[in-house]
Amino acid sequence: MTAETVATVWRDEWGRLLALLVRQFRRLDLAEDSLAEAFVRASGRWPADGVPSNPPAWLLATARRVALDRIKHEGVVARKLPLLAVDIDVPDTDRSVPEAGESTELDDERLRLLFLCCHPALAPASQAALSLRLVLGIETREIARLFLVPDTTMAARITRAKRKIATSAIPFGLPEATQWPARVEGIVRTVYLAFTAAYTPARGEELLRTELAGETIRLGVVLDAVVPRDPAVISLLALMLLQHSRRDARVAEGRLVELAAQDRSAWHHDEITRALGLLADVPESSGYAEELRLQALIASRHAVATTAAATDWPAIADLYARLERITGSPVVRLNRSVAVAEADGPDAGLALLAGLEDALPTGHRLASVRAELQRRTGNLAAAADSYRTAISRCENAVELEHLTRQLAALPLSPGDRSGRSGHPSVGGPPVGPPTLGSG
Amino acid sequence: MKFFVLLAGYGALTPWDAMSEEEQQQLFAKHADFPGVCAANGVEIVSGEALEGGSSATTMRTSAAGDVTLTDGPFAEAAEQIGGFYVLEAPNLDVVVEVCKALPPYDLELRPVMDVPDEP
Repeated sequence: MTAETVATVWRDEWGRLLALLVRQFRRLDLAEDSLAEAFVRASGRWPADGVPSNPPAWLLATARRVALDRIKHEGVVARKLPLLAVDIDVPDTDRSVPEAGESTELDDERLRLLFLCCHPALAPASQAALSLRLVLGIETREIARLFLVPDTTMAARITRAKRKIATSAIPFGLPEATQWPARVEGIVRTVYLAFTAAYTPARGEELLRTELAGETIRLGVVLDAVVPRDPAVISLLALMLLQHSRRDARVAEGRLVELAAQDRSAWHHDEITRALGLLADVPESSGYAEELRLQALIASRHAVATTAAATDWPAIADLYARLERITGSPVVRLNRSVAVAEADGPDAGLALLAGLEDALPTGHRLASVRAELQRRTGNLAAAADSYRTAISRCENAVELEHLTRQLAALPLSPGDRSGRSGHPSVGGPPVGPPTLGSG
Repeated sequence: MKFFVLLAGYGALTPWDAMSEEEQQQLFAKHADFPGVCAANGVEIVSGEALEGGSSATTMRTSAAGDVTLTDGPFAEAAEQIGGFYVLEAPNLDVVVEVCKALPPYDLELRPVMDVPDEP
């Protein structure tokens, strides 16, 4: 029972307590180690002494004592004490820890930590890893699993990021007000990066890392709590919830299931409802916030369709057109072509793909979308060529299997099946967030 | 803490030789204003120098066996453009970025100077 309590407190309180300790001591490693030690002591003491009435306060007081002891031990007291003394806004005499959701001051602490972890001087991959580690307290090996890298690689990445913060004087405070919008946008991009990593198909038992996706959504919820009513944040949350709501329908018999084929009764409709509610309150804006809102609206169009056939493709095509106008992105054009093909027929979709090779010279998605649309027009020889091109460009083992199966399933005559030499390379972008095709 | 600010490349800026006299005056003016911007932001300029062009550089390399080789020119192609540096005393990286926005829009490398304690 107590072990569960400790685990629950860890999950709910880690980020807030760490943020307070980082604020006080201005040292990430010291704060992390002290807090970890406090949890170890809790695991040892609470079964015997009973769970304290205010567990976070107990942990914070313990962690502070551990940290101060360690500072003394390091022999830098003479140098550091003057710093602690003049830092008058540090609540080092504050012995109470308000309940979650109560104090905006505590929420500010997690925001400082998020701004720290997502500082633009850190590489985006490092920002994402650090945020998950420090703000949510997720184990390094779980983060490694999320990004499909070895444990040691992820540990090194996090260590390097913390060292960069320490040596390059990335500040611990909140950014200047003028920097706020850009910095919040940076955090939003980082959270979405972490989320999409969870849906990058991998090999073996763990095709997708859906429970880790849930953790990144938790990061989005924290962000929404500390930066309330921000259009980009709310749109991001809605988008993630909508994409995540399909998690139980995405995989069947060890394979990815395309959106059109998914069992929609397995979608989490309570989460869809929540996302739609969030989205309804977001005003039209501009820039990245508007990109996210349009992406979320597209996802919502899918989410409200009771069957694949009931999907409002013209509305989706229109949303993609608006998204393309804002971003000028060839990836968006590619996704739009799929929607247009559904709404107006495969020839209309193929027309949009014309000339995209220059913008998308690598990756397999352009070729695979082209192949599918060519198949629908009955141009099977061309479809086979496009599938072969896609296969030659595909770097993901799971999607490679899928493409190979698609090619094999084409009803080709023997002459067509043997194929001509491939077209000049056409390709698609690296695997991005789940879209119409992959679901 | 101290930061080494390297004027590493021209970035979007027109190279010096291609600048009009007026553009060169503007560039000088930004450098002349820089101490004021720093002071207003609590930043001290510890040192700052313009460097002669990359063609005047000499690269010195020492092999594992201890042989010293001198070659004509800068360390790397990319180093051709290094035009100068500042050493700034500033509270944190964000303040350094802020004051450096007042410089001409060079590509800059911002690198902390190692804080070696005085005591033994």
